[in-house]
Amino acid sequence: MATPTNPPGFLLANLDKVRHWAQTRSMFPVTFGLACCAIEMMATGAGHYDLARFGMEVFRASPRQADLMIVAGRLSQKMAPVLRQVYDQMPEPKWVISMGACASTGGMFNNYALVQGVDQIVPVDIYIPGCPPGPQSLMHGILTLHDKIMSGELAR
Amino acid sequence: MTDQKNRDKHKVDLWLTGTEEPSWLVEGTDEGAQKMALHETERRRADQEGLSVGDDRVLDEEIAPDDELMIVNMGPQHPSTHGVLRVHIELEGEIIRRSKPIIGYLHTGMEKTGEDLTWLQGPTNVTRMDYLAPFHNELVFSLAVEKLLGIDLPPRAEAIRLLMTELNRVSSHLVALATNGMDIGALSMMLYGFRDRERILAFFEKTTGLRMNHNYIRPGGVAADLPPGWQEDIEFILDKIPPRMYEYEDLLKANPIWLGRTRDVGVITLEECLALSVTGPTLRAAGSDWDLRKVFPYSGIENFQFEVPVGEHGDVYDRYRIRVEEIWQSLSLVRQIAESMPDGDYKTDDRKVAPPPRARIDESMEALIHHFKIYTEGFQVPEGEAYVAIESPRGELGAYVVSDGGAKPLRMHMRTPSFANLQALPVMMADSLIADTVATIASLDPVLGDVDR
Repeated sequence: MATPTNPPGFLLANLDKVRHWAQTRSMFPVTFGLACCAIEMMATGAGHYDLARFGMEVFRASPRQADLMIVAGRLSQKMAPVLRQVYDQMPEPKWVISMGACASTGGMFNNYALVQGVDQIVPVDIYIPGCPPGPQSLMHGILTLHDKIMSGELAR
Repeated sequence: MTDQKNRDKHKVDLWLTGTEEPSWLVEGTDEGAQKMALHETERRRADQEGLSVGDDRVLDEEIAPDDELMIVNMGPQHPSTHGVLRVHIELEGEIIRRSKPIIGYLHTGMEKTGEDLTWLQGPTNVTRMDYLAPFHNELVFSLAVEKLLGIDLPPRAEAIRLLMTELNRVSSHLVALATNGMDIGALSMMLYGFRDRERILAFFEKTTGLRMNHNYIRPGGVAADLPPGWQEDIEFILDKIPPRMYEYEDLLKANPIWLGRTRDVGVITLEECLALSVTGPTLRAAGSDWDLRKVFPYSGIENFQFEVPVGEHGDVYDRYRIRVEEIWQSLSLVRQIAESMPDGDYKTDDRKVAPPPRARIDESMEALIHHFKIYTEGFQVPEGEAYVAIESPRGELGAYVVSDGGAKPLRMHMRTPSFANLQALPVMMADSLIADTVATIASLDPVLGDVDR
């Protein structure tokens, strides 16, 4: 019997890389626009900034077909159960980007109406600062998420 | 059936009022007999789950018995509701019989937050209401504060304000065209509309530092002067956008699909508009030439030439035409304002309101203290109340502020056009096809931040 020349786990590690690559190349975001940030999210997807360069121009209206939720805007107490339901309906693996100051921390609205950060409702992978973050910031956040998935840090 | 219904209504009256006296409030609505007889928690759950449609218009029983109606819930997470609008639709086959917009999914408590911010910080708050027309929000709030203060502005400040708001009207209407196109299926319009908006936003970013939510127009003037070389930027915008507008005319104006989806869809008459306090392009599409820029001019807009486009049918197509014509009028206004831009200061020299110039802070301790006081304590506004309204891209945008003489508003309220216009949605959608729902909503161009605040 010949001794194996490859170290154990070689094939598995490479499969992981292929999986991460596949997960980042066609990551479909669910449309979850809430407020001002949603306009910037749409601007990112539209002609000038062209999210299609990263294979992400298809915003899915159905959470069943989406891998990524970009929470774009301020989340009110009334909307919070809806957010959680949409998140629960997304199939694994899934990621969440919290876009903007309001989604991340409640922003300038520290009052009765807003959830002070969507991480109270869903687990957040990437926070993007800004009010609203420009398309460049959003793309930077998305690429950071891609990098982290590729490196295995946020792999699901 | 009718007897049963009357008995039910009576039961509800008893439950609501605790007396044998019938309450006309409940009697007058169909909702009373059908829905409110449920226990409060059950009713709330039914509302949440979309099982009930409440409406104060009585359903005509000859149209369809209840078991032939289907209730469809649209939103709040839906790509064509322009945010987080939720609509209950009662369908008979494919025909909408009743509908009810449900709002509040973006309620941010801004009017309450406004009471915690000084008068100078106020625009930071209101600019986030109608996020497609932030300059209009800032302008109307600043005008209301200035009305209480009783100060006059230098001509350059007013001209800069007009320049920015008219550019903002163009960018807002471009987004309206883009989303209206996307909802009906003209996806290229979406890409084109946002592309041209970027040109205007680039100028906004250069001038104010932000693409949206600028906090640029403040009580007492504007935050900064126009950047060096602004004439070339305006010239660039005025060169680039008109040819594109002709392109979009080719794309949509005579496109048979576009005509089929928009002509005689979502019709509202002038009387209904007036009864429901509808303003803006929706009102003008129904045949009124009510434009606050003409009726109650502000910031010196009466010195410039422009026309108010008026439609006649009050359908989705007319609203689209009105928006296109308003883009042309606003571009002409921008050219006139840019050409006649006066020299001078960009904010008032009333030192009670405006902070001292930056250069003075380096050489004078009093100026430094003054600057610090204005930005921490704020300035005091005389006691009283004021209401000012301007024409935002969506209609009459009003600010009502009450001062008790302090540095913060006692009460701050905004009369937002999207909120009032949304009332007309059930009227527009009644007895139309369900496929026309998205076209109708898009033609109203509601901004949910403006509705819920």
